[in-house]
Amino acid sequence: MKSATEIALAVRRGQTTARAETEAALARIAALNPGLNAFTAVTADRALRQAAAVDARGDKGPLAGVPFAVKNLFDVAGLPTLAGSKINRDAAPALRDATLIARLEAAGAVLVGALNMGEYAYDFTGENAHDGASRNPHDPARMSGGSSGGSGTAAVGMVPLTLGSDTNGSIRVPASLCGLFGLKPTYGRLSRAGTFPFVASLDHLGPLARHAGDLALAYDAMTGPDAGDAGLADRAAPPVLPDLARGIGGLRIARAGGYFAAMQGPEARAALDIVAGALGAGAVVIDGVAEARAAAYLITMAEGAALHLDRLRARAADFDPEVRDRLLAGAMIPAAWVAKAQAWRRVFRDRMLAAFSTCDVILAPTTPCVAPLAGQKTLDLDGQVLPLRPNLGIFTQPISFVGFPVVAVPVWLQGAALPIGVQVITAPWREDLALRVAHHLEIAGVCAARTGGGVTI
Amino acid sequence: MTDAEAESVIDAMALFLALPVEPKYRPGIAAHLQAARRIAGPLLAVDLGDHAEPAPVYTP
Repeated sequence: MKSATEIALAVRRGQTTARAETEAALARIAALNPGLNAFTAVTADRALRQAAAVDARGDKGPLAGVPFAVKNLFDVAGLPTLAGSKINRDAAPALRDATLIARLEAAGAVLVGALNMGEYAYDFTGENAHDGASRNPHDPARMSGGSSGGSGTAAVGMVPLTLGSDTNGSIRVPASLCGLFGLKPTYGRLSRAGTFPFVASLDHLGPLARHAGDLALAYDAMTGPDAGDAGLADRAAPPVLPDLARGIGGLRIARAGGYFAAMQGPEARAALDIVAGALGAGAVVIDGVAEARAAAYLITMAEGAALHLDRLRARAADFDPEVRDRLLAGAMIPAAWVAKAQAWRRVFRDRMLAAFSTCDVILAPTTPCVAPLAGQKTLDLDGQVLPLRPNLGIFTQPISFVGFPVVAVPVWLQGAALPIGVQVITAPWREDLALRVAHHLEIAGVCAARTGGGVTI
Repeated sequence: MTDAEAESVIDAMALFLALPVEPKYRPGIAAHLQAARRIAGPLLAVDLGDHAEPAPVYTP
C-alpha cells in the first residue's frame, strides 16, 4: 500500500487519479473490514464525489487523492456523531464536517468513512459493547488499543491516514499496539471544533499513519486558527515538512528514567533500548510523574462524569457497562481532589520544562506491553497483577496531562509477532523536532510500520 | 478503602446526585472508586501550599 505522500505525489503528477486511489481504498475496506471491524460507516458515495472534484481541480493540493478516515467522534456532515455510543445514535445528523476534516479535504484528501472507538473515548482497549471490538490487524485475537481503536486498525492496511483523539493516550496506545506512527500534538495546537468532547481540559486530536512523513503532511494541512475551539492557542504553527529530513544532528536526546523505567514488560524495555541506542540518548529523571498520572486520572473521571451526568441519569442502561460504572464513580470524586489535580498540572508543567532545559527530546515507553488478548482484564507488570483498562495508559497519561507533543514510533523486536511503541516527547510547540526524530528513526530502519498478516491488495 | 466504605460512598453520593445506581452497577463503581483512591494517593499526599494556581484554562 502506498504512503499518503506517495499517493499525493502520484496524483499531482498525473500518474494516478484520486478516483483510482479512492476506489482502491474502498476495495481494501470491503475486503478487510469484515474481519477487523475498524469502520462504523463507509462514506463511499461522498468519497467518490470528492475524488472526482479533486481530479477536476487545477491545483490538486498537498494531500491530493489521499484516502483517510476519522474516529467517529468527528462530525461528518449527514451522519450522527456516535462517539462510540448507542445513545448518540438518536442525535441529529451533523450539519457540517469537523474543522480538521474540512482542512484535509481542502488539501485534496478524500474522507472514506468513520471509525470504531471506545464509548465516549473512555477506553484504552478498542473494545465497544455496541459495535464490537476493533481488531488488531497483526493478530485479530488481540486488542487494537483505544480509544481510537478503529483509527489504529484502519491505518495498518486499509487507508494511509486516520484521525483520532487523545485525552490520556488514545492515539498513542493504538499506535503502539498496531505498530503505527501517531502524533499527539501540543494541547491547543489543532482545532477540536466539530468533535464530540470527553475531557475539555485534556482533549487533543491528531493523525495516525504508517510513515512519519505522512503525519507531517497531514499536520501541516490541519494547523491554523479556528474560533470554534476555545482551547486553541493563539500561536503561529510553522510548517514542519520543510525541515523533516534535517536529521538529529545537534539534538540533545535523553531516555526518561524513574517512573518511566518501572512497571513494564520486557518488550517495552527492549524497544526503548533500541531507540535510545540508535539515537545515542543520555538519561533524564523527572519527578512527580505518579502524581501527574493521578491528577490526569482524577480530572478525567470528574470532567467525564460531569459531561455525561444527565445521560447517566436518563439512560444509564444504554451505556457500555465498562464505561458507565467508571463514569458513575467519576461523579463521586471530591471536588477538592480535582482542584488539587489542576494545581499539580502547573507544578508538573514546570518540572517538565526544567527537564527540557537540559535536553530537546525525551524518550519513554508508550504502552507497558504489546497488544493484550481481546477480553483480557489484567496485566502482569514487574510481578504486579493490575487491572488492564486503566494501566495501558500509565506512560501516556502523564504527558498529555501537561499537553506536551509526542510522536509514538513503532518498533518490531527481532522475531516478534507484535509491535510496540516508544514515545518521542518534545517541549511545547516543538512538533517539528518530534517528527524529525521519528522520520530519522524510520529512514535509519529502526522504526517501521508493517501491514498486517496477509494484508496486501 | 474497604468494600463496605465504597458501598457507603455510593449510597451517599447516589442520593446526593440523584444517580440511578442499579445493584448490578455497584461492584464496578466500587472497584473504580477504590482504584481512584489508590491512584490518587501520591497526589493527595503532596503539600502544595496556598499559592499553587490551578490551570483550568491551560497554555503549555
